[in-house]
Amino acid sequence: MEEKVIMAGFGGQGIMAIGKLLAYAGMLEEKQVTWMPSYGPEMRGGTANCAVVVSDDSVGSPLISKDGTAAIAMNLPSMIKFEKELVPGGKLIVNKSLIDVKPTRSDLDVYYVSANELALELGNGKVANMVMLGAYIELTKVVEVESILKAFLKVFGENKTDLIPLNKEALAKGAEAVKKLQEV
Amino acid sequence: MAKVLMKGNEAVGAAAIKAGCKYFFGYPITPSSEIPEYMSKALPEAGGVFLQAESEVAAINMVYGAGGAGARCMTASSSPGISLKQEGITYAAGAEVPCVIVNMMRGGPGLGSIQPGQADYYQSTRGGGNGDYRTLCYAPASIQEIVDYVILAFDKADYYRNPVLIAADGMIGQMMEAVEFKESAHTDLPPKDWATVGTGGKRKPNIINSVYLEAETLQAHNKNLENKFKMMEEKEVLYEAFGLEDAEVVLVAYGTTSRIVKTAIKQAEKKGIKVGMVRPITIWPFPYDVFKTIGSSAKGVLAVEMSQGQIMDDVKIAVEGRQPVYFNGTQGGMVPTPASILADIEKIAGGTK
Repeated sequence: MEEKVIMAGFGGQGIMAIGKLLAYAGMLEEKQVTWMPSYGPEMRGGTANCAVVVSDDSVGSPLISKDGTAAIAMNLPSMIKFEKELVPGGKLIVNKSLIDVKPTRSDLDVYYVSANELALELGNGKVANMVMLGAYIELTKVVEVESILKAFLKVFGENKTDLIPLNKEALAKGAEAVKKLQEV
Repeated sequence: MAKVLMKGNEAVGAAAIKAGCKYFFGYPITPSSEIPEYMSKALPEAGGVFLQAESEVAAINMVYGAGGAGARCMTASSSPGISLKQEGITYAAGAEVPCVIVNMMRGGPGLGSIQPGQADYYQSTRGGGNGDYRTLCYAPASIQEIVDYVILAFDKADYYRNPVLIAADGMIGQMMEAVEFKESAHTDLPPKDWATVGTGGKRKPNIINSVYLEAETLQAHNKNLENKFKMMEEKEVLYEAFGLEDAEVVLVAYGTTSRIVKTAIKQAEKKGIKVGMVRPITIWPFPYDVFKTIGSSAKGVLAVEMSQGQIMDDVKIAVEGRQPVYFNGTQGGMVPTPASILADIEKIAGGTK
């Protein structure tokens, strides 16, 4: 198993955070992981992305170039930029709340998730990233949801237990959304 | 200790503290700024001193002072900042002051870019300062190796009384991976009876200096240093190598680039091409000898580096004309892709390059 996922959106959407959660969860499950942020000159509100590799074997290149197995696109510029980096049949999870066009490629497995609306249903728009992460984990089963919640306290601090229920629900919302899509 | 997920730059700091580093002097620069950031918080908690200097030149001279007083100390920067430190590094080598200097390399020359690079190979392996001196230089390829070799670097610096460099690239500094801090067997090190810690009125003052105005005395000092450098060449070479005996193509790469190369090697093997690899872990001293074990089936040696080909000088010395040598490089902060490396492997194996 080797999952190579690109997570992308604009600054403030919690892209780096869900990448770290996935990497940490993979590590807790004794898998090999890398988390590689994009870094460089960027304006406020500009794009943010990170590449996470979760593998049974040691990870070669921590970068993803044309060999991504999945991408999470939280906004339109991200989808346009990163659909190109996926292998044929790769999974592209699109935030339908902010993206109203379809990807140009026809050889991808595309899932539309209204992450912002689903997050607002839970009463907190900030967890849209967790909805997307939940969708991704449901589709790939790369790590257990439980591991993400364990990782949550490691990444954000042991004193953040009060936020666990909300984030757990957000992960479930995302999972539910893609389950419905798969049934259709 | 359990595994933790850490950024390369944070791992540098954590490993240094684990190694007993008590003083950090630095000036922030992308892509190594998280090192001083981490040290500013963690080092005082560990009973040490973090000091943001007014410049890189000041920082390396503070290192010279602290190292001269026998303390374990470190500075870190990225390429243009390391250039500024060169005077201090040659002084430390000349005066035999142990210290550790970390370079998270970025694109150059000049101010260059903030993206990753490996174009400080000459500077790291040939020395950017004046005079006859050498610095042991580790090129870690993972966050775990950062931890292991930063800790080792402090021991080697003390053992040889010489500056030791860590040359990684910006990507390793920014990347996160799982690391483990193992309890390492401590090397037996000689007491620092040369350090300038005060005489207590009981002995003559120790002097830390690199000035020898008599030519004969300076030559004798140089001979002593040379013996040390020869010992490093004999004892400190580290590398990873595999598949050399029956390889059609042999790859050479260090640091992040070596991981991209490994991805390309996996792809080449799927296509039935036998690929071997040499990954220098010390870029000085360079693992010349292992190249002698490359088998007769090899059609070429391909080095990959984020530079114009600085590593090629050492590859050519190592190969001694036995195989043709090729280079695949990127510059300015661009990173080589597995696809471009695979294309070169196929050309060399197929005899079209």
